Amino acid sequence: MRKSNAMMLAVALTMSGTLALADEPTIEVEGAWARASIGVSRPGAAYLTLRNTGEETETLTGLQTDLAMMSEFHRTTTDDQGVSSMSPAGDIEIPPGESVLIQPDGGMHAMLMRLTRPMIEGETFSVTLLFADGDELAFDVPIYGIASRGPQTE
Amino acid sequence: MTRRRMLKSGAGILLALGGMLLVGWWQVDGPGAADPDIARPLTITDMSFALTDHEGTSVGPETLVGKPSMVFFGFTYCPDVCPTTLSDISAWLEDFGPEAEGMNVIFITVDPERDTVEAMADYVSYFHPSVRGWTGPGDEIARSADGFRVRYEKIPTDSGDYTMNHTASVFLFDETGRFSGTIDYHEPREFAVPKIRQALEIPSEEPV
Ligand SMILES: [Cu+2]
Repeated sequence: MRKSNAMMLAVALTMSGTLALADEPTIEVEGAWARASIGVSRPGAAYLTLRNTGEETETLTGLQTDLAMMSEFHRTTTDDQGVSSMSPAGDIEIPPGESVLIQPDGGMHAMLMRLTRPMIEGETFSVTLLFADGDELAFDVPIYGIASRGPQTE
Repeated sequence: MTRRRMLKSGAGILLALGGMLLVGWWQVDGPGAADPDIARPLTITDMSFALTDHEGTSVGPETLVGKPSMVFFGFTYCPDVCPTTLSDISAWLEDFGPEAEGMNVIFITVDPERDTVEAMADYVSYFHPSVRGWTGPGDEIARSADGFRVRYEKIPTDSGDYTMNHTASVFLFDETGRFSGTIDYHEPREFAVPKIRQALEIPSEEPV
């Protein structure tokens, strides 16, 4: 499948992005946000919801951002004893017509390790999503406060 | 590596009994009900540990008696679960308003190596003003975790750092220090709020 982010519609105000086949968008980014960091020594987390409006399953393989020297998607799990841990999520499949929540409620986050600069409330940073078919999708992520619970409460 | 082994055997039991437990859970307890398999914290007055709060004051189990308490273990280098839980706690406290002002709300670090008193002070300042951060020597943290039946484990990461696996439940105690309930990670507000109400002993409109 050929896609191009040249046709991406970045709606600056709502911080949403759209991955587009020349005329047909297939992946929409909604509810992207991140928490501010305290300095650069702690890892950061970013969140987003991906919606596949196309006809085929899309496979998200990773992300890049100049904000962090290492970044990957993590899954948070809580075992039967209530112990919580996180581990790399691996490839994330987004079936057609479905949404994947990389959000606190969805049990996933984008882990931003070895920050290159502090994440400051009110600022934004650029993230590029990488897909298995080689396509990329770039968009801006707004930074909310450390105690934020996401865009719906901002 | 006792902790690691305990975590692994826990996972083994889950695999062996997974289906059965899951069905049982849905049928008997339903979502949000307390899991009888998870060890209950001791009564506060049966615990023994000595820590320091984020203002440098000595604290221990005795600090938690006389008011209802909400206690959560985590660490400030935690990118996801801890800020999410502390944000949830902050939102619950805002819901209660003045009714929750008399409550102890304690965040105890499982990573005292990095979470100094100063780090805790910095961190808790971003959440509800009732939230207190407690830290201390590793052996005292371990004694406090034992009392609350909390597990934690240091895990090296690919970036050359480490992260902590830890019990992510919020524990509730009444003003005498008696354990009153657990709020699990991501437990919906409609389950969490009545549990806090119970710890505060505010009469509920509906039977809990
Ligand atoms: Cu992570």
